[in-house]
Amino acid sequence: MSNVAVDLNDVTKSFGSKLVVNGLSFAVGTGECFGLLGPNGAGKSTIARMLLGMTRPDSGKITVLGVPVPARSRLARKGIGVVPQFDNLDLEFTVRENLVVFGRYFGMSTREIQRVVPSLLEFARLESKADARVGQLSGGMKRRLTLARALINDPQLLIMDEPTTGLDPHARHLIWERLRFLLASGKTIILTTHFMEEAERLCDRLCVLERGRKIAEGSPHALIDEHIGCNVIEIFGGNPQELTSLIKPYVQRIEVSGETLFCYAPDPEQVRVQLRGRAGLRILERPPSLEDVFLRLTGREMEK
Amino acid sequence: MREGLAAALPANAWNWIAVWRRNYLAWKKVAFASLLGTLADPMIYLFGLGTGLGLMVGRVEGASYIAFLAAGMVATGAMTASTFETIYAVFSRMRDLGTWEAILHTQLTLGDIVLGELAWAATKAFLAGTAITIVAATLGYAAWTSVPYVLPVVALTGFAFASLAMVVIALAPSYHYFIFYQTLVITPMLFLSGAVFPVGQLPGAFQRLAAFSPLANSIDLIRPVMLGHAADNVGLHIGALCMYAVLPFFLSAALFRRRLMR
Repeated sequence: MSNVAVDLNDVTKSFGSKLVVNGLSFAVGTGECFGLLGPNGAGKSTIARMLLGMTRPDSGKITVLGVPVPARSRLARKGIGVVPQFDNLDLEFTVRENLVVFGRYFGMSTREIQRVVPSLLEFARLESKADARVGQLSGGMKRRLTLARALINDPQLLIMDEPTTGLDPHARHLIWERLRFLLASGKTIILTTHFMEEAERLCDRLCVLERGRKIAEGSPHALIDEHIGCNVIEIFGGNPQELTSLIKPYVQRIEVSGETLFCYAPDPEQVRVQLRGRAGLRILERPPSLEDVFLRLTGREMEK
Repeated sequence: MREGLAAALPANAWNWIAVWRRNYLAWKKVAFASLLGTLADPMIYLFGLGTGLGLMVGRVEGASYIAFLAAGMVATGAMTASTFETIYAVFSRMRDLGTWEAILHTQLTLGDIVLGELAWAATKAFLAGTAITIVAATLGYAAWTSVPYVLPVVALTGFAFASLAMVVIALAPSYHYFIFYQTLVITPMLFLSGAVFPVGQLPGAFQRLAAFSPLANSIDLIRPVMLGHAADNVGLHIGALCMYAVLPFFLSAALFRRRLMR
């Protein structure tokens, strides 16, 4: 139990005739950051709800922090902090009041709550905003408060549903930095995201979902090596069909997404030679990223 | 299914207090406006109908019309305060504001939340009923000695109507549906329950219907005492109000589970 924080075994869930989670299994080790990646509608949020006992699976077994869920989900939730996809702070309350009210839901006494509030405010960089009403905070501050609120019960496990969606880059980086701090202090994090950069930066391991099925699992680097394994050349500005037939013999694989060509080329120089002299093309060569893996697995328009 | 049931029921006898305290904190910030809103309506009825209509009506059941009406307004004030708290404020916390969602992420159950909301709505009903009772006693329409007897009935009345409204909001897809409850249930109840005129004035069939009205049961407990004599069938009326408080609570908790925890 001690080194497995979450275990899903062959979990299936449908709403009506729509299958949203399809025979899914994964395990998350204590102290790990595990990402659930997938396009909208892949079942990420449903999985997060199932871990909390708010949605019951049709079949399969879920264990969270050593406790069967949903059977004993109330006990599991005592050790979980949740950052939901949409902030649901009490807007008419101050920052401090939000923390106090939330602590009470965990059965904490006012004294216990007052003892942890200063460190949570410091963690969220909201010391100077303690008595400001939440309605007056920026989006990034609200998100940080939601994160601090999720820590009030000193949880072992954090479940985050798209923690940085809708934030500007500065606010996002600050959240990432705070999450790394939490990981360093030994918390287990499960996060759903469709931000590849977020997954790549934070996750030890991740699982790519499509229509409720797991289509890949591993560390970001392992997934990149396994599914891409070479540099990527992006070409925009030409006729995709024409360019494809031109460079096809020199690359491992080509994918077309809108007006952009993604070429997976073990020998990029060959491709450059073919394109030399063509005006109006913009060519970008870069190392492969998780986004390439994601798009590859969940489908750009494929061209083999 | 057992664990599903556990999610819909209160986990223990005190978890609901955290929800009540959340609502109390929110209310404290707007207490003045809220009190004014809760009290204005029944007071306007009391003095508008009581003094105006009272001139024409003369005495009702041995009391001045305004004294007769005062007891009706105490119960009605409790009914409207807890009904409106539930169908508007609780509904928005349940559906729009994410308040319930946030609480469901903690160790509280749905049953804890519903119980906390009911207790809060009953508290607001208690405040409204208390204020009207005090005004009535101060102006001499009710005996001061009746106050400690009336107030628990007011709280129970608030609980019963909050519980009923909880079923309505568990089923309603949007705010638009509440108008049906208001116009088809709450407003007719005012006239069926002896709040503004004696039930004896109604045709026989309506009188029998009135016996089932929670408001009528409440008024039958409150009015005799406020007018200085003993109430009849006390156990029966209290039992009826308790049924209205308890049964819809369980029904609403089951409905909320179906709605929120699919």
